[in-house]
Amino acid sequence: MNFGERSGLWMKKNLFSSPKESIVSIILGSIIFAAISKLLNWMLLSATWTGSAEVCRANSGFCWPFLWEKMSLILFGLYPREYLWRPILTVIAFVVLMFMSFDKKRWGLNLLINWLVLGFWTLFFLRGGMFGLHYIESDSWGGLPLTLLLFTFGLLGAYPLGIFLALGRRSDLIIIKWICIGFIELIRGVPLISVLFMASVLFPLFLPEGVVFEKYWRAQIAFILFMGAYMAEVVRGGLQAISKGQTEAAKALGLSSPQTQIFIILPQALRIVIPPTVSTAIGLFKDTSLVLIIALFDLLGSTKSALKDSSWLGFSVEAYVFVGLIYYFFCSSLSRLSRKMERELSVVKR
Amino acid sequence: MDSIISMNNVNKYYGDFHVLKDINLTVKPKEKIVLLGPSGSGKSTLVRLINRLEEHQHGQIIVDGITLNENVKNIEKIRSEVGMVFQSFNLFPHLSILENLTLAPIKVRKENKASAEKRAMELLERVKIADQALKYPGQLSGGQQQRVAIARALCMQPKIMLFDEPTSALDPEMVKEVLDVMVDLAKEGMTMMCVTHEMGFAKEVADRVIFMDAGQIVEEDNPHQFFSGPKSERGQQFLSQIL
Repeated sequence: MNFGERSGLWMKKNLFSSPKESIVSIILGSIIFAAISKLLNWMLLSATWTGSAEVCRANSGFCWPFLWEKMSLILFGLYPREYLWRPILTVIAFVVLMFMSFDKKRWGLNLLINWLVLGFWTLFFLRGGMFGLHYIESDSWGGLPLTLLLFTFGLLGAYPLGIFLALGRRSDLIIIKWICIGFIELIRGVPLISVLFMASVLFPLFLPEGVVFEKYWRAQIAFILFMGAYMAEVVRGGLQAISKGQTEAAKALGLSSPQTQIFIILPQALRIVIPPTVSTAIGLFKDTSLVLIIALFDLLGSTKSALKDSSWLGFSVEAYVFVGLIYYFFCSSLSRLSRKMERELSVVKR
Repeated sequence: MDSIISMNNVNKYYGDFHVLKDINLTVKPKEKIVLLGPSGSGKSTLVRLINRLEEHQHGQIIVDGITLNENVKNIEKIRSEVGMVFQSFNLFPHLSILENLTLAPIKVRKENKASAEKRAMELLERVKIADQALKYPGQLSGGQQQRVAIARALCMQPKIMLFDEPTSALDPEMVKEVLDVMVDLAKEGMTMMCVTHEMGFAKEVADRVIFMDAGQIVEEDNPHQFFSGPKSERGQQFLSQIL
């Protein structure tokens, strides 16, 4: 059977199996076709490929010159032009490691360590000031590397914090339990913006004279604390789904409480909550854009500043479509990873 | 030491509810005891006191020379000497059959992996499922799972085995394969305490039958006497309902 016959059969089975289904398929198919052809027409056929802002304005299509002009500002913020190769390399490293993470043969502690190393290497590499790298202060980091950095450390910090908080919330030790409940409910009761604001404005007031804590780190810690509280509730859901019999069986064998959690309960609970964990992670990725409130320019922040250029006013659709696609690339990769992990790590093997 | 388990005036409450009332019981090494009684009579709770899955409020429990109290180290010590088989198997679904057996010896007894696996395979051989060692619990039938659960408990080389209705969750055709394993174990001289509704099993292996009702030990007798004619009225009533 050749490709044509096979796709014909597939269509017959899935799209045209009954008259009713055929009508739905034709209607939806023409809507999709119309939308895609409009989009392609706008982005390619009637697009402006070269020229100035005036040429673009005279034309109704997508303004590619704007994107060429502002690409580096959108992607890398105010990072000095002559050192742009550093954030470019960083982003490439992130994407490469992300694709490596899809390979289930690599899953394990080593991969986790690789991510940690990449995070710290990025911090060092963006900052410089050593080994002949020019020093660049963290306030001028921006764009995609900042988003990726906030997200990576945010997740690597928030996930373990969430596990500890969730275990603490179920603890028999009343003080620990109350502290965990208090923390989780307090953080979940306020918006991320106010946590970021407090971390940025209030936190330095408590520091001793002369101690300076970079804005980046203040935002990073605020993120970890905020997402840790959400992760805690996700993990708690998983812990509650494990039957009491599992704990009893582990205890009856003589395992201590920490051993029971580490070897029996958590491995099952964390696998059950892979989908909501990844949802929370995707939320974290998109919430990094809120650092704009404390004047850090992540991907969305640098996009907004690109739109303020008076000679290129009015091309916000182009800019947002572009960053939207970048966000989509990372978030959809995350959910694809989630589906794969769910499949490969399901607790009940059959 | 002539008793391996001794309970003196043990009382247990769930809140205001008095579950166990003045329990006095001694078990000698190698003795096989079957606990009978209507549901809610406290049989399971009594068995679960012995490895402190439940705490008692009054009285004294001594297991293998160790008094059960708040001391966590003592509790863990006793739990590693006392094996338990549950009604709902409670195998660890994320671990293979072999890992289910070797986890506790490796983590609790700090045994090396090779020797734990060797003993685990011998035990799986004994319960006749060595060929399933690398499968996962979800891939086995109920009867097979319960035999794995028995082997898992035995892999810690316990001095006492507790069975809490081990065949109640099984399909009828699988009850026998589990009981056969338990009968073998009894013949080898294991100290056993079984909560069960299998009267045939009780008659065959029990040295002593303990009949409980409403949180009290109503009657203690050898199985022959108990099944031919309980002394207590409640015992007679119970037997007439189940036989």
